[in-house]
Amino acid sequence: MIGLTESIQPLLALLCPALGSILILISGKRPNVREAWTLLASLFQFLIILSMVPIILKGERIESYLFTMFPGIDFGFRVDAFGLLFALTASSLWIVVSIYSIGYMRALKEHAQTRFYFCFALAILGAVGVALSGNLVTMYIFYEILTVSTYPLVAHEQSSEALFAGRKYLAYLLTGGCFLLGAIALTYSVAETTDFRPGGILTGTMASRSMFLILFVLFIIGFMKAAYMPFHSWLPTAMVAPTPVSALLHAVAVVKAGVFGIVRTVCYIYGIDLMRDLGLGIMLASFAALTMIGASLFAIAQDNLKKRLAYSTISQLSFIIFGVALLSPMGVMGAMIYIPFHGFMKITLFLCAGAILVASGKKDISEMAGIGRAMPITMLAFTVGALGMCGVPPVAGFISKWFLAIGAVQSGQMVFLALLLIASLLDVVYFYPIIRTAFFEKMPQDEVLKEREAKVALFSKKTEIIETRRPLYYFILLPIAITASFSILFCLFPDLFHIYGLAQVAIRDLFRGW
Amino acid sequence: MSSVVEHFPVLVVVVSLLSAITIFIAGWINRKTSCYISIATLLGQFIASLFILHHVMTIGPIYYRLGGWVPPWGIEYVMDALNAYVLVILLFLGLVCVIYSKRNIEHELPQKVVSFYTIYQLLITGLCGITVTGDIFNMYVFIEITCLSAYALIGSRGKIALKASFTYLILGSIGACFFLLGIGFLYAVTGSLNMKDLSILLPPLYGNRVVLAAFVFFIVGLSIKMALFPLHTWLPDAHAFAPSEISAMLSGIIIEISTYAFIRVAFSVFTVNFIKLLPIFEIISWIAAIAIIIGSILAITQTNLKRMLAYSSVANMGYIMLAVGLSTSASHYPWSGLTPAGMHILNHALMKSCLFLVAGAFIYKANLWEIKDFQGLGRRMPYTSAAFVIAALSMIGVPPSVGFVSKLYIILASLEAKQFVFVAVLLLSSLLNLVYFWRVIETMYMKVEEGTERTHTSHVPRDEIPLSMLIPILTLSSLCILMGILWLMKIPIPILSRVNVLFGLVGGP
Repeated sequence: MIGLTESIQPLLALLCPALGSILILISGKRPNVREAWTLLASLFQFLIILSMVPIILKGERIESYLFTMFPGIDFGFRVDAFGLLFALTASSLWIVVSIYSIGYMRALKEHAQTRFYFCFALAILGAVGVALSGNLVTMYIFYEILTVSTYPLVAHEQSSEALFAGRKYLAYLLTGGCFLLGAIALTYSVAETTDFRPGGILTGTMASRSMFLILFVLFIIGFMKAAYMPFHSWLPTAMVAPTPVSALLHAVAVVKAGVFGIVRTVCYIYGIDLMRDLGLGIMLASFAALTMIGASLFAIAQDNLKKRLAYSTISQLSFIIFGVALLSPMGVMGAMIYIPFHGFMKITLFLCAGAILVASGKKDISEMAGIGRAMPITMLAFTVGALGMCGVPPVAGFISKWFLAIGAVQSGQMVFLALLLIASLLDVVYFYPIIRTAFFEKMPQDEVLKEREAKVALFSKKTEIIETRRPLYYFILLPIAITASFSILFCLFPDLFHIYGLAQVAIRDLFRGW
Repeated sequence: MSSVVEHFPVLVVVVSLLSAITIFIAGWINRKTSCYISIATLLGQFIASLFILHHVMTIGPIYYRLGGWVPPWGIEYVMDALNAYVLVILLFLGLVCVIYSKRNIEHELPQKVVSFYTIYQLLITGLCGITVTGDIFNMYVFIEITCLSAYALIGSRGKIALKASFTYLILGSIGACFFLLGIGFLYAVTGSLNMKDLSILLPPLYGNRVVLAAFVFFIVGLSIKMALFPLHTWLPDAHAFAPSEISAMLSGIIIEISTYAFIRVAFSVFTVNFIKLLPIFEIISWIAAIAIIIGSILAITQTNLKRMLAYSSVANMGYIMLAVGLSTSASHYPWSGLTPAGMHILNHALMKSCLFLVAGAFIYKANLWEIKDFQGLGRRMPYTSAAFVIAALSMIGVPPSVGFVSKLYIILASLEAKQFVFVAVLLLSSLLNLVYFWRVIETMYMKVEEGTERTHTSHVPRDEIPLSMLIPILTLSSLCILMGILWLMKIPIPILSRVNVLFGLVGGP
């Protein structure tokens, strides 16, 4: 019997960004105060979420229900191990990105910064709300808050390109939201509840097989935030957003909310057994494998660094879907810990891309020859992240891929193992050129000449280190260093922040007796 | 012992009528008094309506016999849960709009202030009368009072507004004629005009062709009044050219009161048993579904904000009528029976009147009608624009706004009726809403003129509307969120459950 603890901790965790956003709006005229609020809110939120971990590790759940919306659907939160995993990821990275945004936004003298911080806090509210929700309807409410609050961030630049990206973003995600609402209503009419339960809620209901299939398709389309192919193109377009947005929202909060929703659907709405009975696992895994490999191929062709990272994200997100679709304990485990690990690694990569943009103004990979010598810390961190993506130890990506591989073996489909390895190999193919260009290629000759004319003495000794040229840049370097070192630490100590422990608790719930 | 509240139904109407005359006379002496008299009257009426609602919910329906005549000979005012609820919405909205109108009318119609408020008060009288009456002929009379004052108010700007008003006059009169014909037919077969009496006399005659014809006349007549597609053609012009507070009233309550009249006729005069004999509600739901889609598509094609909002109203009438159409087949608490319809009457009133008042604010400040001219308004009028965004998001159906709750309830009701097409229609419509509202939001906040500097230092001078206009807008927009949460908490649901019990539609906790 799973113990339930009534607590207001989930509410407090959501109150932080809610209150934070209001305070940010009020103190919009004073940048220092405004950014202090952001930092405070993120710090408090992280601590509150961290304080829930011990209770969950004991195998209990934290509940706080506010009111009943419909019979069988309460507005409220039920924190379980998997939800907490996502909440931990989002809130811990919010701190890091808040620090980074201060450096980034000020260095680039961006406009409308108050709007930026305000919407950012709201987006975090949405993401953490999704993570902690106890049922589909509550989750949907936060899911839509996340969608809408991210729009001003995507269209931040207000150029016609940014506006187009924003429109596309909304069109895709709100269409997805409509499908999701339909799916939720249908689920409710079939199961008379939408709670997340480890065994699923649809088992034993009167719906026909084809009904289950249609419902599943509706759910998958609904979670369009997961950016699987062919509904992925909003994500690369949204890369016109400022880098902190691309980093946190399009590597962690928004896209992970989509993947999170798919995992929730598979494991907690359908349940592993029903998925197996219907044969949906293999279908979903094949579908995800398509994106895993397809997006990697697209990534190879991108010259814009952020776009390449975006395609990499698309591919990696499908690893998670793939993992859960294997329906084997280790596969699901791999998928679950992929969420925080990939979050940390991908955010490192994005932050590096932003740092390069701030310090040197370069966006395209072809311009980045020799940048490794001008920005050693940044590019070192980038290398760590890239190695992690490829699954090389000792970076966190290795652990998650390792579990996925075991999961593929457990599921008995050797084809899937092969697909996984091919996809990982492709990761190397598109990350290696970046590192090679950055470290082993010389800066273009004519540029060197020009610089020589300007400052002969300086260049003849060594390349100028541009990443620490201004004190403000330390705000950018510090977060990069933090996330990169955590990416390594997570491999050496997977139980840091109890990530491994939480995933184990979740697996124990899902696969009883395993 | 009878409570004084039992006299409130008639007072609400009479006070309003007297106030109209008072405004006219007092306005002769001092024009400035007219607005204050109107505000005071509406405030009093609103408080009275709250008392009525409380009385109905705690003690029971109020029956008031005019002049002491016993029904069915005399006219009877009946307050039950449905009309008490509608009365509160109507008077609240009337109050909000009249507060808003003070500065706006001084600005737009400086010469006609007195006549504006006189007719406005007559409009309120008519609306209250439709709501409180329990006599079907009396209802017709009040419908005519409402519409006649609405014609005058729509035409008050002159010029092109006169044409809009004239179209409305013609079509509205045809609608009223149909309604009157329906009454005549019923009177011919039963000899009674009291609703309650009719509902007792009619059941043996349900197969009668005259009764069937009467019902069809009612539907057609009221469909014109409520601008249900394809009888909506008068609405866009009337909404677009009327003064904005009148647009808000038109869209927020005048066309909705016709849906109330429809519900009243369908369930109080005829009964659920009659409706279940014929597939009429099914047909209505399909028409409503078409109205939702066509209304939204037409809204997308508009370039004028107020016209766009007007077409959006056509779509929203579709929502209400779809919910009414589903009311006989949905029986699970809490989306049983008329609950979604009643809910959307309030929700649409809040959202749409907020949007129209914002549109009026843009016209008041800068004479902006076209959406493409709205660039930079997000900074120039931050509070007004924020209110617009909230109301627009609500129309799109972003949780936890009122629009989301309506959408969810109607979807659940259609799922229970196994009408999956309607679910698709509702979801599609929220996407279409997104298309036409987002265009406005994007222009207001995001579009920048080419070549302008975009730094955080550039400050556009603020140019907000006066406080007396801003407060109504902000009240409505915050209610869009607050009511949404209240609906989700199901606090106002008991009122609507009472309606379902009253009309014999199953449901209740």
